[in-house]
Amino acid sequence: MSGFGVQVRDLTVRYGSTTALDAVSFDIQPGAITGLLGRNGSGKTTALSVLAAFLRKTSGTVLVDGEEPWENPRVMSGTGLVRESGDVIAERRISETLRMVADRRPAYDPTLAEKLLDMFELDPTTRPYKLSRGKKSAFGVVVGIASRTPLTLLDEVHLGMDAPSRYAFYDVLLQDWLDHPRTIVLSSHLINEIERLLERVLVLDRGSVLVQSDADSLRASGMTVTGASADVEAFVADRDVVARQRLGSTAQATVVGARPDDERLARESGLELGPVPLQDLFVHLTDPATEAAR
Amino acid sequence: MFDGRAPLYVQIADQIRADVLSGALEAEEQVMSTTQYATTFRINPATAAKAFTELVDEDVLYKRRGIGMFVAPGARERLLTRARAAFFAEVVDPVVAQAKVLGIPVEDVVDHLRNGGPR
Repeated sequence: MSGFGVQVRDLTVRYGSTTALDAVSFDIQPGAITGLLGRNGSGKTTALSVLAAFLRKTSGTVLVDGEEPWENPRVMSGTGLVRESGDVIAERRISETLRMVADRRPAYDPTLAEKLLDMFELDPTTRPYKLSRGKKSAFGVVVGIASRTPLTLLDEVHLGMDAPSRYAFYDVLLQDWLDHPRTIVLSSHLINEIERLLERVLVLDRGSVLVQSDADSLRASGMTVTGASADVEAFVADRDVVARQRLGSTAQATVVGARPDDERLARESGLELGPVPLQDLFVHLTDPATEAAR
Repeated sequence: MFDGRAPLYVQIADQIRADVLSGALEAEEQVMSTTQYATTFRINPATAAKAFTELVDEDVLYKRRGIGMFVAPGARERLLTRARAAFFAEVVDPVVAQAKVLGIPVEDVVDHLRNGGPR
């Protein structure tokens, strides 16, 4: 089992008069770690909730491992969604929740769960409502990873976790994924921290799919062009410019869509090319002003 | 580390090439596995694997089944040959182009280098 794949076509979800997802189509590659990025209210949690059959779609086609997930026991037991709340029973002991998880998740690994509890310094006899935000999140991570579901959906699970705990989470996620490959979708606003963990990226923006790409090419598609204003303008003339800055006679443009001979062209015009961190690219791409101009 | 403009896998491959060129990694020396590389640098294993595949295709690394990845014999020489060819296109040519912009005759550049270069 290398993980469930996902195919979504024209998925629409409405809550009353609000359209959370508007005819979106995307694929999630089986066995890969995909980053689901989007601003608040972009529809990330709605999309994940439909995949996990927590929420019924309004219309469209959703296939998880080839089947509609809604009221589908096989697909549901193989799909684990942990939302930012941790999705655990607050009033029951951690050990009780884990026993319940063990009953429902065929690939659950109790030894791993124990190791992770230790790592995050969680006492199995504690009831989550007594825990801090960060510890509650850490318990969500334990459930999410130890369940080893073929489709693991982690929605802002790091909230409240301090930096050392988050790094421990990334390390254990990578290690366990290497030992037990499966499909992982990681949604986070901490793009800087997670970008290198990702093989694929899916960006949602106001209920639509903005980008669907492999992470490396998306990041490499962005670049800054710096130099004399006139030269910069000539270089970016027929390109998708998402930001411009000027300082006296020097200008810097941020461009999406790198081309193979860019280095040579830039050198010939005395321009300097620089990288754009995925996070900045994301900020530019989801900026309403940018979108209006495109 | 890994904050350049090129795709991550290219930067990973470049770093290993640089280590082979400088002699930090010698022929027949074992290099980190994809797994070790991914977990050490918190990088997606598929991205790291892509870099290693490229290096195997270029005969910089080779795989010993069940043991790991090693620097191929002659890898440094092959990289040197390629780097020397690129040196003129990527280092010398821009200098000449810049000299032209500044109105410095190529002979002056050559004289400068003949007289001991940077002082």
